[in-house]
Amino acid sequence: MISGWGHYPLAEGILLDADDARSAIEQIIATPSLIPRGLGRAYGDAALSNLAMLALPRADHILSFDPTAAEIEVEAGTILADLLPFLLARGFFVPVTPGTAQVTIGGMAASDVHGKNHHGSGTFGRHITALTMLLADGSQIRITPDHELFWATISGMGLTGVILAVRFRLLRVAGGMIRQTATKTRDLDETLAISESSRSATYSVAWIDCLSAGRGVVFQGEHAPEAEIPPTPRPRAVPFDMPSFTLNRLTIGAFNQAIYHTARSGSALVDVWRFFYPLDSLHDWNRIYGKRGLVQYQCVLPHESGEPGLRQLLAEIARQGLGSFLVVLKLCGEEGQGLLSFPRPGFSLALDFPATPEIFALFERLDAITIDHGGRLYLAKDARAKPASLRHYQRLDQFRAVRERYDPQHRFVSLLSQRLGL
Amino acid sequence: MSNTGPVLILGALSDIGVAIGRAYAGTGRKLILLARDAEKLQRESEHLRLKYNAAVEPHVFDVLYSHSELLARLDPFPGTVISLVGLMGDHETSAADEMAADLVFRSNFNAPALFLQACANRMAAGGVIVGISSVAGDRGRASNYFYGSAKAGFTAFLSGLRGRMAARGVQVITVKPGFVKTRMLAGMKTPAALTAAPEEVAAAILKAEAKLNDVIYVRPIWGLVMAIIKAIPEGRFKKLKL
Repeated sequence: MISGWGHYPLAEGILLDADDARSAIEQIIATPSLIPRGLGRAYGDAALSNLAMLALPRADHILSFDPTAAEIEVEAGTILADLLPFLLARGFFVPVTPGTAQVTIGGMAASDVHGKNHHGSGTFGRHITALTMLLADGSQIRITPDHELFWATISGMGLTGVILAVRFRLLRVAGGMIRQTATKTRDLDETLAISESSRSATYSVAWIDCLSAGRGVVFQGEHAPEAEIPPTPRPRAVPFDMPSFTLNRLTIGAFNQAIYHTARSGSALVDVWRFFYPLDSLHDWNRIYGKRGLVQYQCVLPHESGEPGLRQLLAEIARQGLGSFLVVLKLCGEEGQGLLSFPRPGFSLALDFPATPEIFALFERLDAITIDHGGRLYLAKDARAKPASLRHYQRLDQFRAVRERYDPQHRFVSLLSQRLGL
Repeated sequence: MSNTGPVLILGALSDIGVAIGRAYAGTGRKLILLARDAEKLQRESEHLRLKYNAAVEPHVFDVLYSHSELLARLDPFPGTVISLVGLMGDHETSAADEMAADLVFRSNFNAPALFLQACANRMAAGGVIVGISSVAGDRGRASNYFYGSAKAGFTAFLSGLRGRMAARGVQVITVKPGFVKTRMLAGMKTPAALTAAPEEVAAAILKAEAKLNDVIYVRPIWGLVMAIIKAIPEGRFKKLKL
């Protein structure tokens, strides 16, 4: 059985392993349908199928690197964590990074990931200048942003074809250090006010304690002028699935208290690994949630209705009485061009929960609030929503039309695309 | 004196070969890559140049054909030669088709042994020869004895070559990786504790070269496993489904 990062749901399909485009074509032709898969870090069922999943783990080569133009082209199976030391040593960083470096560059494009700089830099797709694709008919094509398939593939969750290579622009940096400023807040009003005022910061994100009245810590970050390049960390492992009673109101409460009270307001110099990927240092941290798995709720609420919506969501969660370990609040900037791109101007809220029936019921209620306020769910995190929750993906029909032109027989199908009727 | 000459990798596009190439690329030594697929060899060479600033000399090469011309062209001659070539083959096919069995024998024994002998003849003192053999060569099993016996022959060859070259200051290292997560074992379920990643094999080889080991199991537990398997009396062993 294969699953995403959340260990929920489980899929019965086989994991096919292609060496290169040639063998990938053979696999595509020999299978009624499949879905491309990178490192399987999407939480839910985005890279799952009950028939077949296709990975190209050996497609991890740097194809070209142009330091003058600050551009790089890599094969889609390149892992971000492997690429970063190379980039840092040469004075570059990725323009946008998700909260884990254990992702493939192809997966970053397919999910059109965002990071702590979304309010200024947008999603990863904004920085991509070319894609090489393997299409349903076995042909290969290189496309640039003026091609209709380009923006259907960016954020397209692997449903338009297999991404073989990605060319993207890089960010110039002095070294691998971030000047981090932490500000502790007393309640949600203050958390929101300080988040709002940190729009001028390059990176900004807030952690909030959902068992309190929305107090938290707002983190801001800037690339530091120091030329120091930090060593690449080696992760420690969670050795086994923790028993399910590990997480309850008491332990989560204690954990949140501990974070809040150990966090210090003020400024510190931290390396990129700690600033962007704190959880990567604990390999397989998803096992903390035990065998039943975890589900993440991540939604974005538009600016106009964001604040009341956010209060309703937090109130609903507090009413349930089961807190969440990780509640991350982030300001989002301009919407990207990806047809299924998730972020839009407003707030994004992300919470992790154990995958239990009560939590699924809670998520249904959260969906209603989200949709009511014009919000969206992030497809890369979702494992259980219904088709109606896609209402505010305004360009979904455009996406369907492009997909129909390039994959009329629906050779690229995931559990996610079936569940949501994408 | 530490070995700083070029590193020749025979079978550079195998999963272990790629991991070894990348591990050595980080050390600053020049790489001579030998593999059959020109397109993939080009891509991997370019990657090593870009990512590690490595000096890379790729050669499209098939060990089943003559090697004398290629070896004569290498100047300076490599300080380290690593042979990764091998072919598992399908055992039932080998049992039924002697051409298939012959290919398994030649790919695992004749060809790499003759290649390494030719290298040894040209190698200067301080050089290192690494042969990837297999735990399968420690004892012939009913399910895998074409591959196993060819590897047994290769292990014996490396042992003899080690003795001969010791007097000339060339170290010969026999590596028995055990199960490795590679294409060779694709679809096979192997115990996690006995299964190494290709990168682990690469790290073990770099370490063995630095320490000038003679014979290594990549995961030490394999030494114990094979000691037990070798200790089973033949009368008993032949009845085991192994």
